[in-house]
Amino acid sequence: MKSLFTIVLVAFSLAFISCSDKTERNYQYFPNMYVSVPYDTYGEYEIFPQEQEALLIADGTISRGFTPYEYEDDTEGYNEAKAELENPLPYTEENLVKGKELYNIYCAICHGENGKGKGYLVEREKILGVPSYDDQGRAITEGSVYHVMWYGINTMGSYASQMNNEELWMVDHYVMQLKAELEGKDPREFQTESE
Amino acid sequence: MKKSMERPFILKHFLLVSLLLFTFLTFAQDTAEGESSGYGSYVPEVVLNSDPAKGKELFNSLCAACHKRYKNATGPSLHRVTERREMDWLYEWIKNSQELIKSGDNQAVELYNEWNKVAMNAFPQLSNQDINDILAYVEEPKPEPKVAVAAPAGAETQGGAGISTEIVLGLLAVVLLVLSVILYLVNKTLNRFAEANGIPIRADKPKGKPIWVAFAENQFLIFVAVIFLLLAVAWGGYGFLMQVGVDQGYAPIQPIHYSHRIHAGENQIECKYCHSSARVSKHSGIPSLNVCMNCHKQIAEVAEETQAEGKKEYGVDYNAEIQKLYEATGWDTSTQSYTGETKPVKWIRIHNLPDFAYFNHSQHVSVAGIECQTCHGPVETYEIQKQYAPLTMGWCINCHRESKIQVGDNAYYEKIHEELSEKYGVEEFTVADMGGLECGKCHY
Repeated sequence: MKSLFTIVLVAFSLAFISCSDKTERNYQYFPNMYVSVPYDTYGEYEIFPQEQEALLIADGTISRGFTPYEYEDDTEGYNEAKAELENPLPYTEENLVKGKELYNIYCAICHGENGKGKGYLVEREKILGVPSYDDQGRAITEGSVYHVMWYGINTMGSYASQMNNEELWMVDHYVMQLKAELEGKDPREFQTESE
Repeated sequence: MKKSMERPFILKHFLLVSLLLFTFLTFAQDTAEGESSGYGSYVPEVVLNSDPAKGKELFNSLCAACHKRYKNATGPSLHRVTERREMDWLYEWIKNSQELIKSGDNQAVELYNEWNKVAMNAFPQLSNQDINDILAYVEEPKPEPKVAVAAPAGAETQGGAGISTEIVLGLLAVVLLVLSVILYLVNKTLNRFAEANGIPIRADKPKGKPIWVAFAENQFLIFVAVIFLLLAVAWGGYGFLMQVGVDQGYAPIQPIHYSHRIHAGENQIECKYCHSSARVSKHSGIPSLNVCMNCHKQIAEVAEETQAEGKKEYGVDYNAEIQKLYEATGWDTSTQSYTGETKPVKWIRIHNLPDFAYFNHSQHVSVAGIECQTCHGPVETYEIQKQYAPLTMGWCINCHRESKIQVGDNAYYEKIHEELSEKYGVEEFTVADMGGLECGKCHY
């Protein structure tokens, strides 16, 4: 009789422990203070197409500091950008440091920290065919680098959603500096802001 | 008796596993024999005499961005290319395809138009021998689909491993049962012996008061017990009330099984690569699917070992999860283009502060320079994302009290930093000193 009681007790406590379900949210005290009245970021509401609050921006909307990019996403546009587009940001140490920081987040994983095309994913053979920045056939320029970051090329995707225009140009500076390093050229001299 | 029944059961499993292993081995042998048969008859002599290992290196660094050997990608699949084209034409095309098109070469123009006028890069650095090497690698016969054979065999043996722990546990249970039965039987027989020999089994004790009556009569004990009971109730009640509305450990089942362990851990992708808005905005941002496609355009399947591991450890078919991504983005792997038919992936938000609290990621990530892991835990080890921190006010406040402000390289706040360090007479001060505990900082 006594042992039966113990068994029941153990069974009950086990059942209680296993009851906490981590795939469900906990209950809330006064939920009207918790849940926002306006639509919540990433919320799901019937009013939206496909019930998603996260939508593409309306056509023609631009964000602050946005500058339109004039070149088309084709071979012609690429060649034009490569020939004539120049980096509007001054080549300062500050811009280069920021560019390096961003480069190491977004680019180095494939292109490698030195721009040789041997990033960690390439070493692990997850992503293949990443060229070195000093590749002769491509002969990248400030313009072509920006064009490729903006639209993506071949297997590489566009990075315009992850960085704004200014940040892309900072990365552009850093990429050109890596290219100069790979080619064994002297580093470009820094400009002062007033120039 | 039960033990003797157990043996053929194990034996059966052993036989099954060894049988599977045997079939797998024989299959592996078959494929090895198949591979030795070599190149197609159309492959020219120069290519046959070249070095496919060197070619692989060149192919992976120069060609693989657009070409796959046995599948169309940005450019056409390259296997059997020497059957389609002359060697001299290939040399010219690879070194500078645009020039060949401009010269009006029929084959070149036709190919260019067929592939939507996507220009192939020029490779003037390649010698003819380099190209021979690459072609030797490209023309290697397609390896037999080992996956199909290896995976089920692997899965079965792994399944066997899973069952074996169950067997062990079952065996233990059976042994325990048998032991208790034996104990009971021994006890019974001993009693019978004692009875037969006329030995009194239990000396009947004089019956005193039952223990609970003695307990009830002792007022001090009752007093202590009541205090303990009240304390226990208070402790339990407090614990219960304090966890209301706290979602620590919340790990919902997401529409796509996304493993931070593989992406941020094994592949060492920066957190901010995907969660780029954490640098500049209030929200860390659930990455839009174009960010996934930056890599998954090329990675349509995970490595064999990863796939096997996923099935064994987590019961997930990673390749099927990547297919879900393609379905959502409308990516057609056969044509390597978007169909335009998209549907949303309805991720379930995990970290959600109550509406009356304000939190800004960029302030913490960019200004303070806090590691993501400080609040989100070792995400790079999580197979399924979960809420690491309690996200309670006490937790926020505690960190604000302890965290030192980054004084250096912060020109914008230089003046106030100086004034504050003068006021408190210290070099370093905490977020709380800066007013990080004021109600209006987070509640307004």
